Amino acid sequence: MAYRIIDSCVNCWACEPLCPSDAIRPADPPQVTHFSIDARACTECEGDHAAAQCASICPVEGAILDAAGEAVNPPGSLTGIPPERLAQAMTEIRAR
Amino acid sequence: MALEALDQPKSPAASPAAGSGCASGSCGSSADKLAHLPEHIRAKVHNHPCFSEEAHHHYARMHVAVAPACNIQCHYCNRKYDCSNESRPGVVSELLTPEQAVAKTLAVAAEIPQMTVLGIAGPGDPLANPERTLATFRALSEKAPDIKLCVSTNGLALPALVDEICEHNIDHVTITINCVDPEIGAKIYPWIFWNNRRIKGVKAAKILIEQQQQGLQMLCDRGVLVKVNSVLIPGVNDAHLPEVSRVVKAKGAFLHNVMPLIAEPEHGTFYGLMGQRGPSHDELQTLQDACAGDMAMMRHCRQCRADAVGMLGEDRGAEFSNEKVAAMDIDYAAAMARRAEVHAAIEANRSAQQQQRPDQPSETFVPITALLDGRKQRQPGSTTAAAPAARFAVASTGGGVINQHFGHAREFLVYEAASVDQDVDVRFLGTRKVDLYCAGGDTCGEAEDALADTIRTLAGVTGVLCSKIGIEPWDRLEAAGLVPNGEHAMEPIEDAVAALYRELLAAGRLTAPPAATALSA
Repeated sequence: MAYRIIDSCVNCWACEPLCPSDAIRPADPPQVTHFSIDARACTECEGDHAAAQCASICPVEGAILDAAGEAVNPPGSLTGIPPERLAQAMTEIRAR
Repeated sequence: MALEALDQPKSPAASPAAGSGCASGSCGSSADKLAHLPEHIRAKVHNHPCFSEEAHHHYARMHVAVAPACNIQCHYCNRKYDCSNESRPGVVSELLTPEQAVAKTLAVAAEIPQMTVLGIAGPGDPLANPERTLATFRALSEKAPDIKLCVSTNGLALPALVDEICEHNIDHVTITINCVDPEIGAKIYPWIFWNNRRIKGVKAAKILIEQQQQGLQMLCDRGVLVKVNSVLIPGVNDAHLPEVSRVVKAKGAFLHNVMPLIAEPEHGTFYGLMGQRGPSHDELQTLQDACAGDMAMMRHCRQCRADAVGMLGEDRGAEFSNEKVAAMDIDYAAAMARRAEVHAAIEANRSAQQQQRPDQPSETFVPITALLDGRKQRQPGSTTAAAPAARFAVASTGGGVINQHFGHAREFLVYEAASVDQDVDVRFLGTRKVDLYCAGGDTCGEAEDALADTIRTLAGVTGVLCSKIGIEPWDRLEAAGLVPNGEHAMEPIEDAVAALYRELLAAGRLTAPPAATALSA
């Protein structure tokens, strides 16, 4: 039972100070190019917070996966624009 | 990503922007308004390049990138900030620990003695990283007490940290406030992180706005000098920003800095990828003029990186990497003494420049048109002048004088001159960035394109003042209808602009307003 950070992570550091289990490791280039979660330490914030903290502040859709391998923040969830509405939203924004 | 800066005197009631409910345009002259500024506030802004248009010709600043994390998402920001080639807020080359930041600041302050200000502006939100930010300020206030400390924030965490900001002797605070209406905010901020949860949409924007306004009020109540930055986003908050200006002025903000949206697909921001456009020079200036009726406006902002070093128009960050700083051997006490000497020399120079223009107020520390306009009772964009206004681009590396070769300019300062009652009124409009035309060596094959770009960037400008200019660019400028001029090298900018304006006026070259009203800086 642990979350996982994948290589779309942009190393922004937002998650690191929030983890109640101190389970987040910064990148260590050149070997490790993005942040990671120590699976042994991660509790998914159970008992500490209602929502997993790393996934609640991560700004990149799809960069954090849950224990089942599903994106906690799927496409459209952070921009507020679901994929099926993307083209229409772009047309509206370009008309500004 | 936060954008820029701060101050901390007392007595909010005495502050000019403390909101007597009287718009600047309707309560006496601007000069009178400035006379009400307490001396300690004058002292605070007098040598702060980000709070004073006049000071930015003379003094340098730096940002240290100690604050990576951010607690909100702005649609104009991409949290992938690690880039050495872009120049925009929120971008840095390397993150620093507070210890590295202190070493870098002391090194820069020794090498660039014009430095007066240390700011923390990101690359995330400084107040979302309070330990790192405050540790840096704490150490610097001990080791370099002559350096002013600034912080920029999106405001979300501000109310909770106001007391600590005051305790740490932070001189100036800049809050980025793009709206006071949550419906508009929801188009700019898709989410915030608040009380350990992600909150989205209008609800998120409402909380952010409440925190910003509360933080602004708390700082003003404690006498901290607050600048408000707003990003002008066409079709989103353009019509709304005059309202923002009114609201923040009423709360006591000292200065309003309306900046153009930077949105390019290659930046990877939501706006960039979605094709949101930025404002034209015209739109920006029109809006700045509209807001200027309500409060002091800043027009010299360069929207610098969160690790910028040097004068506002330059970035010497590459000279001060962690590696290079670690190798420097610095006598800190001697460096501080030298700074004091250099600052005294700068002030002597400013006084001398001022004495050449006895008709001007001795203190032009507020970068606002209201100040210059008020002197001659001319409103921005006013067409009551007897002769048409004209715009001039100036190449300067600082010092308040014309001292840069045309081909070396990476940016031009744009001024507008107009004849008012037998006199010439000169006001600063803003800056325009250009690609380096003359890089020398093997890049010269591309010079022609760069020059064509420069000429396009200078659209609407009548004359170009520089210390020197080559024959070929001279001819190209003339062919494009511009008047190049290298005869005022080392003269104070405003005097030179006025002189060239008079010369062109006398020669009858300003009679046909060059579509002037449609032009902008």
